[in-house]
Amino acid sequence: MGRLHAEEMILNMGPQHPSTHGVLRLKLRTDGEIVSHIEPVIGYLHRSFEKHAENLEYQQVTPFCGRCDYLAAMGSEHGYAMAVEKMMGIELPERVEYLRVIFAELQRIASHLVAVGTFGLDVGAITPFIYCFRERELILDLFEMASGARLLYNYIWIGGLAHDIPPGFVEKTYEFLDNFDTRVAEYNQILTGNKIFIERAADIGVMTPEVAINYGVTGPSLRASGVNIDIRRTQPYSIYDRFDFDVPLGEGAQGTVGDSWDRYYVRVREMEESARIIRQALDQLPVEGDVKSAIPRRIRPPKGEIYSRSENARGELGYYVVSNGKNVPLRVKMRSPAFSNLSVINEIGQGWMISDVIAILGSLDIVLGEIDR
Amino acid sequence: MTEQEIYADLTAEFGDKIIEFVVEETLNPTVVVKADSLADICTYLKDTEALQFDSLMNLAGHDSDGVSDLSVIYHFHSTFLDHYITLKIFTPREDSTVDSVANIYRTADWHEREAWDLYGIKFNGHPDLKRILLEEDWEGHPLKKDYVAAEFYRGMRIAKVK
Repeated sequence: MGRLHAEEMILNMGPQHPSTHGVLRLKLRTDGEIVSHIEPVIGYLHRSFEKHAENLEYQQVTPFCGRCDYLAAMGSEHGYAMAVEKMMGIELPERVEYLRVIFAELQRIASHLVAVGTFGLDVGAITPFIYCFRERELILDLFEMASGARLLYNYIWIGGLAHDIPPGFVEKTYEFLDNFDTRVAEYNQILTGNKIFIERAADIGVMTPEVAINYGVTGPSLRASGVNIDIRRTQPYSIYDRFDFDVPLGEGAQGTVGDSWDRYYVRVREMEESARIIRQALDQLPVEGDVKSAIPRRIRPPKGEIYSRSENARGELGYYVVSNGKNVPLRVKMRSPAFSNLSVINEIGQGWMISDVIAILGSLDIVLGEIDR
Repeated sequence: MTEQEIYADLTAEFGDKIIEFVVEETLNPTVVVKADSLADICTYLKDTEALQFDSLMNLAGHDSDGVSDLSVIYHFHSTFLDHYITLKIFTPREDSTVDSVANIYRTADWHEREAWDLYGIKFNGHPDLKRILLEEDWEGHPLKKDYVAAEFYRGMRIAKVK
């Protein structure tokens, strides 16, 4: 039987499409069910963060950072605060550093829970999504206790925190951790080892280490390809060098190293590691210390520039900040991890079926707010 | 290698294409190079055994005052040797002459499109240089300090920024 030749067709996926995780449009060139080229069209959520930042005082930029990556707002605020603190040479009280790590890691778990849950959703598993959101709610409760907000916190300020944690917070966090350790086993039972799920994710969209590094892919998506780069380890910031934790790497347990399943499973294991870090940080948390004592009265970093990196839930979050000595930054550029992570999709998605492209996109875990800024 | 050693290495290789080494006022020591030889320098950074800069972490456009030249800043990292370097180039406000490095570092593809979109910096040899965050028919490049927004976009009034 001869091969039936069909004409290539352009298929628009999005901007309104539940599996594009926001307002993303993918222009697919397809030959039947096979995708031969993917062109992501972005910018639908562009809110000119960088333009706004040039018209606001340093401390006023903080809430905007959280609004970029709205699923990991604590991490975004942390990265920005660190960049300005380094420029000004601010020494933070120990208590602030510990609390920041606790919040950043709780946020990583919350963000990975969305990633893991929606990835399941993308390939047809609806139940795990509900399970993941059940635990995420508990983390959001903790954030609400501390900052008053559930999604966008404005909690990590330049030089400290907006306010100290309320009484009972530490106990509640321990309670959450005790509960969470058993939950990960549940996800593994219901999703990780599920045969249909493995069929949909294993060997799909394999990303080699060379491709990943060349495209600037960072975070769990890079580590799934077996590259051992975690900024918390390679260039430790805050107090990450004090904690004992592993950096999970993709091993190709169900197929090839760097496939969609690996990208999923690295996130599951990272949640366990984050829980370990939080437990250690809670154990060591100093009782004394004023979280506002190091907040400068006037924020005017000396003339100069910095590129400061941190490991956010999605990867390398960099802030390039230029100061001219005034109270308003001259330039704030956010190097968003999801921006570079999405750019690789044409490379790894070519030659797969349309339904596989959805799985690959889900495994990259993008947040459009951060891509479009 | 330290940034100082990398600078010495680049000067030995490229001579007067390397303009200066900036350590003051920056927390990332920066080598300022000529824009027209950027692609050669990047190829050298990537392929030389002793350097192996395989990762372009970040690429940012910058306009310091709305009058003088625009600049582009490149932050590199070597994942094998774990060292860092920052390159900076200056380019005229109109008729930019920056080499594209998108074929050397694929990260640069979208980042250069962003710099074109927001700063109007043209990258020679880019595979598909078009706007990325704004619409194709948007007027002007908003992050330039002398940018004045048009009054209307497709019949919609554009809010004034102070």
